[in-house]
Amino acid sequence: MVNTQIKAIWSYRGFIWGSVQREFQSRYRNSLLGSFWAILTPLATILIYTLIFSRLMQVRLPGMNDTLAYSIYLCAGILTWGLFAEIIGRCQTVFLENANMIKKLTFPRICLPVIVVLNAGLNFLIIFGLFLSFLVLVGKFPGWVIVALPPVLIIQIALAIGLGVSLGIINVFFRDVGQFIAIVLQFWFWFTPIVYPASVLPESILPWYRLNPMVSVVSAYQSILLYGQWPQWSTLVPATLIAISVCLLAIALYRRRAGEMVDEI
Amino acid sequence: MTILRIQNLGKAYKRYFSHWARLAEWCLPSSRPRHHVHWALQDVNCEIRHGEAIGIVGMNGAGKSTLLKIIAGTTQPSSGSIEMNGRIAALLELGMGFHPDFTGRQNVVMAGQLFGFLVEEIKAILPEIEAFAEIGDYIDQPVRTYSSGMLMRLAFAVATAQRPDLLIVDEALSVGDSYFQHKSFRRIRTFRDEGTTLLLVSHDRSAIQSICDRVIVLHDGKVVKEGPAEEAMDFYHALLAARDVKLIRQERQTYGKVQTISGGGEVTVSEIRLLTEDGKPVEAIETGTNVRLEITARVNKPVSEAVMGFMIKDRLGQIMYGINSYRMGQTIEHLTAGEQMVFCFQFAMNLGKGNYSITTAISKMDSHLADNYEWCDGGVIFSVLNTKKADFAGSVSLDATLSVQRLSVSPEAKQDDKS
Repeated sequence: MVNTQIKAIWSYRGFIWGSVQREFQSRYRNSLLGSFWAILTPLATILIYTLIFSRLMQVRLPGMNDTLAYSIYLCAGILTWGLFAEIIGRCQTVFLENANMIKKLTFPRICLPVIVVLNAGLNFLIIFGLFLSFLVLVGKFPGWVIVALPPVLIIQIALAIGLGVSLGIINVFFRDVGQFIAIVLQFWFWFTPIVYPASVLPESILPWYRLNPMVSVVSAYQSILLYGQWPQWSTLVPATLIAISVCLLAIALYRRRAGEMVDEI
Repeated sequence: MTILRIQNLGKAYKRYFSHWARLAEWCLPSSRPRHHVHWALQDVNCEIRHGEAIGIVGMNGAGKSTLLKIIAGTTQPSSGSIEMNGRIAALLELGMGFHPDFTGRQNVVMAGQLFGFLVEEIKAILPEIEAFAEIGDYIDQPVRTYSSGMLMRLAFAVATAQRPDLLIVDEALSVGDSYFQHKSFRRIRTFRDEGTTLLLVSHDRSAIQSICDRVIVLHDGKVVKEGPAEEAMDFYHALLAARDVKLIRQERQTYGKVQTISGGGEVTVSEIRLLTEDGKPVEAIETGTNVRLEITARVNKPVSEAVMGFMIKDRLGQIMYGINSYRMGQTIEHLTAGEQMVFCFQFAMNLGKGNYSITTAISKMDSHLADNYEWCDGGVIFSVLNTKKADFAGSVSLDATLSVQRLSVSPEAKQDDKS
C-alpha cells in the first residue's frame, strides 16, 4: 500500500512539481511586489512581537540581555511554527478545496497533501534562508551546530503531515474539524515557548507542558539558533514517537476512508 | 481481447440519519450500523472487447454516471470487481483543472501532467494540440480571456491528444461550432478505426444506432437489457413509457427482428396489416403509391378513452412520420371489455427507398408517457422500392418537377467575354 502510493507519487511527479510552481506563481501573480509579500508578512509579525514583548513588556531571556537575542529567539520559534501550522492548516482543507478535481478526475489523491507540504516547504526555505543570511550578517551564525536542524525539522514535518492528513480526511466527514483546529492551533501556539521563555511559567503546569511535543521541538531550534548548542536529543524522543504514531494513523485513515471520501465531498 | 471486464459490480452510498450517527459508528465499531444503504448500481456484469462501440442508455438516475465514474476510476465500487487493460480517456469533464490566470500553453502542460505525462512528453505533442484546437495566438493568452468554445476546443484537443484504449464520450459533449463538432467526431471515428473502444452515453437514438454495436440499458442501477443497438433502443423507449421492466416483453419474430411490447395491456393490438389500395397485403411498396394501414385492437379492460397512433421509423429508428387518432379529431370513448376496433389509416407512401418499421401505440391521451395501454415497436417491417420514379436521394419523396430554360446569349455579351 505505502509502496504503491510512493510509486504513484513518483509517476505523477510532473503534476506535483507543476502544481507547486503554479500555486507559488498564482499567489503573487497579480500583485506588484510579487513574492516579496512572502517575506513581509512574517517580518511584520516578528517586528510586532519584538516591540511588544521585548520593548514594552521587557521580557528577558535567561542569560541574554539584548533585543537582538530576543528577535533570534522569536524567529527560531515563529518561522518553524509557521511551517508547522501551514502544513496542518492546508492539509486539513486540501481534500475539500480540490473536491471538483477529486470527483471528476482520476489521479492519485495522495499527490494533494504532497503538493501542500512542498509548497509550505518552499515558503519556509525562502524565509528561513533569509533569516540565516541575516544571522551571518550580524555575526550570530551558530556554526556547525546548524547541521542539527534538519533532523529536528524532519520530526516536526512528520508530526505536521500525520496530523494534517488525518484531520484532512476526518474533515471531509465532519466539517467541524476545520473550525475546531483553527482554535486549537491558537491555544497550541501560546502553549509553546515561542514568544516567551519557558522559565516564566509557574512550576505547577510544567508536567502538562511537557506533554506538548512542540515544546521540545521548538526548544531544540532555540538552542541551536540562539545558543549555538546541540539540542538535547533525549527530549525529542517523545515527539518522534508521537510523530510516527500520527503518521501511522494518517496511513490507516487514508487506507480505510479514501474511497468513501469521494462520495462524501 | 477483453479491454474491460465488470463483474457483479455494485455501488452503495451510505446515508446517515445525522452526523452524530456517523460519529457513533466510527467510534463504536462493534455497534449496529447506523446508516441505511442506497444502491446506485447493483449486479452489473459486462465484458467489453477491444474495438467495440458500446452505448449506455438509461433514464436520469439510472446509474449511468456512477458506472462511468467507476470505469474512469474516480469512484471506487462497493462490491464486485472491475478489470481494465489499457489507458482510459473520458470526455466527461472537459477543461477540469484549467486555471483561468494561466495561458493556454501552461494549462495544456498542467492538464497533461494531471493525466500523468511528463513535461517532455507534453512538449512533444503540444504543436499537434495547438493545431487541432485552432485557437491561434490565444494559446499564449490567459484562458480567462477565452470564449467558452475556445476553451472546449483546447480541452478536447488535450484530452484526445493521444489515442486512448478506451474513450468515454458523453452526449452532452458539444464542442464549439458545428465545424469543430464534425472535426471532433471525425477524430473519435478515427480512434475507433484504429482500435479504440468507445463508450457512448446518449439519449440520441440515431447517434447510438449509427455508432454502437451493442447497447446496455440501465434502470434503477441494474442492467435490464444488453443487446444489439436497435433491439436495446426499442427496449429503452418502451421503458421510458412503461417505467417498469416487468411490463416490457421482447419477442423474436420470424423475420429475425425483435418486437418490443410494453404497457398496461388494457387495450392491445391484435393485428397490424399493411395493404394496397385494393386490399392486398404488401411488404414491398412502390414509392408514392396509396396504402392502407389496418390496425385491429382488442379491449381487455374497460377504459374511458383511447387514442390509437402509429409511427413509421427508418432503419436507424428515426421517425419518418407519426400521427394518432386524437390529432386527427377522432376520440374513442367508453370502451367495454371484449370490444374490437379496426383503425384504418390511409396515406400515400411518399418515402424514399429503404427498410422501415411500424410502431403502434394505444394510450389514454395524446402522449403515451402517461397511461400507456400498449406500445409496440417493430410490429411490421416493410420496404419501399423506387422503380418508377426518378432515383432520388433521402427518405422523403417531394416529387420535384423540373423545367430547364436555356437563354440564348446576346451578341453584346459575347463581345464582353472576349475583352
